[in-house]
Amino acid sequence: MTHTPLLELKGVTKSFGAVAALVDADLALDAGSIHAVIGENGAGKSTLVKIIGGLYRRDNGEFLLEGESVDFQNTHEAKASGISVIYQEPTLFPDLSVAENLFVGRQPYTRFGFLDRARMRRETRELTLRLGVPIDPDREARGLSIADQQVVEIAKSISVGAKVIIMDEPTAALSGIEVERLMGIARQLRDEGKGLIFISHRFDEVFALCDVLTVMRDGSYVATNQTAEVTEDEIIRQMVGRSVENLFPKEVAEVGDAVLEVENLTSIGVFEDVSFTVRSGEIVCFAGLVGAGRSEIARAIFGVDGYDSGSVRIGGAKVARRNPAAAMRLGMGFVPEDRRKQGLAMTAGVQTNITMAIRNRLARFGIITSRLEEPSARNWAARLQVKTNALDTEAQMLSGGNQQKLVLGKWLATEPKFLIVDEPTRGIDVGTKAEVHRLLSELAGNGVALLMISSELPEVLGMADRVLVVREGRITAEFSREAATPENVMYAATHAPEVAA
Amino acid sequence: MTTTLKLPPIETGRSVFGKIIHAREVGLIVLIIALVAVTTVIQPSFLFSDGGFRELLRQPTILILIALGQAIVIITRNIDLSVGSILCLCTYLSGWLFANVPGIPIPVVVVIGILLGAFLGLINGLLVAFLKVPSLVITLGTLYAYRGIAILWIGPHFIRSSWLPPEYRKLGTMQVFGIPVLLIIVAIVVLLVGWFMTNRRAGRDLYALGSNPEAATLFGLSERRLTLNAFVTSGALAGLGGLVYLSIYATGDAKVGTGYELESVAAAVVGGVAIIGGSGTIWGVALGAFFLATISSALPVLGVPSLWQQSIVGVFIVGAILLDRLLFLNRTLQAKRKGRAL
Repeated sequence: MTHTPLLELKGVTKSFGAVAALVDADLALDAGSIHAVIGENGAGKSTLVKIIGGLYRRDNGEFLLEGESVDFQNTHEAKASGISVIYQEPTLFPDLSVAENLFVGRQPYTRFGFLDRARMRRETRELTLRLGVPIDPDREARGLSIADQQVVEIAKSISVGAKVIIMDEPTAALSGIEVERLMGIARQLRDEGKGLIFISHRFDEVFALCDVLTVMRDGSYVATNQTAEVTEDEIIRQMVGRSVENLFPKEVAEVGDAVLEVENLTSIGVFEDVSFTVRSGEIVCFAGLVGAGRSEIARAIFGVDGYDSGSVRIGGAKVARRNPAAAMRLGMGFVPEDRRKQGLAMTAGVQTNITMAIRNRLARFGIITSRLEEPSARNWAARLQVKTNALDTEAQMLSGGNQQKLVLGKWLATEPKFLIVDEPTRGIDVGTKAEVHRLLSELAGNGVALLMISSELPEVLGMADRVLVVREGRITAEFSREAATPENVMYAATHAPEVAA
Repeated sequence: MTTTLKLPPIETGRSVFGKIIHAREVGLIVLIIALVAVTTVIQPSFLFSDGGFRELLRQPTILILIALGQAIVIITRNIDLSVGSILCLCTYLSGWLFANVPGIPIPVVVVIGILLGAFLGLINGLLVAFLKVPSLVITLGTLYAYRGIAILWIGPHFIRSSWLPPEYRKLGTMQVFGIPVLLIIVAIVVLLVGWFMTNRRAGRDLYALGSNPEAATLFGLSERRLTLNAFVTSGALAGLGGLVYLSIYATGDAKVGTGYELESVAAAVVGGVAIIGGSGTIWGVALGAFFLATISSALPVLGVPSLWQQSIVGVFIVGAILLDRLLFLNRTLQAKRKGRAL
């Protein structure tokens, strides 16, 4: 059976500098169907969406819309060709009315050159009613719930006559009822003959809603499956299918006493009833999907954010709530996820950055000088092999990998007993990645207790002595190093726990 | 399976929102009337003297023009601090043309004056749009740069009323049914700009850009083009302001227009333009400018020591911002309640 798909991508590639985001992406979307694109974080789904939506331009490969080759220069052209992207966080204009949001850039005029507000209002009402979600056309978009904002975006897509509607993780911020409503709308659009691409991490939704499933991994196409003919286990295998043995060997370290003890930590609406311990010499990994609440738990432990109940102890001593300085005095360190914004003073030099967390200790009579900083900075820069020709090189001039080593160096200089590292290798090239892993492993060997957050399964499986899976703010599964496999970790991260093992 | 959900009809929030949005304009009109009434009771010549009424209506026109341009720029999340310096250059160029090009028709001078303003605005716009430097810094720079050019060019000279053709001088005092012609001209400009900003796509795009620049870019609106438009308009209106200045005062030196940069920001804010962009009406700005200009002419008449006058203007600015904040919080609260009810 040969037919022309509504939208087709063949062998599309896209690189950002040296980083390949898409290697060889294929996708064929039919009219009147809902097509899921799934894959781990970093599999290239978002890049794919942005290429289709005209935000990025592909480097290579074919992009056909209704059989015709297209090459969008900007989002405007994509839109004009009938492609509409609905982002996870909708992009409305908060000061404009709902009706005007629907008509931005193409507001109708009356005969006398005024905006035809009555018509905009009427059409907005009709559209939102058709979607089953009546929204007052005259109210400001400000203050609409995320779900309602998405409805406005969908209404906008329909009113411009979109043929392809892409939803990029639309359900991530929705409640159960809102997800149902959205799925109802998606089915309605499919039945009207539109092609939908649905990006989601949640298997239950994907299987309930989508007709076809395309799996991506590491920027390339893996397989396309008819939902009816495939099992969840098969999909998980396709998502993770690669050997992870010995990629990141963590050396065996002597595991000692408990250093960090977290008990029943709860922050209402963010995470709930989190309990675990980390012992000296041990690396514990938080696995799970982006948005599962892993970083939030880490921030609460370190005291950047508060929590409602529960307790955190270091070596038996209670850590004060919302007080990072106190946490540091007890020997805690925190290497945040976003090193550019939260980890480094980008315009300061290497030396200043390394000694930042130990300045009080280095200072003499409350005054810090470059001479006091230097020995310590030189020592750590050398031990971490930070590649820089001078200690006064600005942090922003370094590569991502060297920046990360710098942040690590800053915390290692404090000689912590317990260190949290949040996504330590994101955006770092493979060589430096291995070095960061070696460093972390060495730290554990020296008796430091480590809590690592990572969205990359191979990294989790390679580094962790124990894996804790976080899903929707709760620890839902725990695996020992031996028991953890890509399949069971991914399963736990994407499924509500049904059976207690 | 399609189940038709029976949904309750939605009540349109127009009454609530309409009230809030219009409260600013109504409030300003009430304030202006009260101010004029009180001042007149204390000092009847404020209104009922030879030039009193004319002065009351004529004097705010310059600030209104400048504030309109300023408001358009602020709506796009920028600011234009160079308007006073632009006004100075346009005033002097116009006067100089009358003096040095004998018989030059008035409309030609008017067009050249406005074009010079637009050109200086274009320079601001290009710098902001292409260098991606915050407009606060860029226009702070051009505030001094343009003023410096004015000082170099004008030096100790000043425009003499003898330079101007008698018809142009008459324009400043001409009245139709007791209303100064200048106010009529400015009112037409306000109507045009207001219509453009509320009823043309190009105007709505400026609001959209200021409301959410990321969304505007995603949407395919050209941030550069819109930023340029806003600054060119602001410059052109400052140029027109310079021409009005010339016809009212028939003089001008290198210091003309100093202080308008902040007064126009104040007028926009009092008129209901949010300093972070995206909202505010042209009608509100015009009334805000009228109000501030009237205060500064009324306070001396009321016998308020000049030391206090600026403080009183300041109180109104802070008051306007507090009012906006309260209205905003109230609106967000109501919107949330509504969102939940649906």
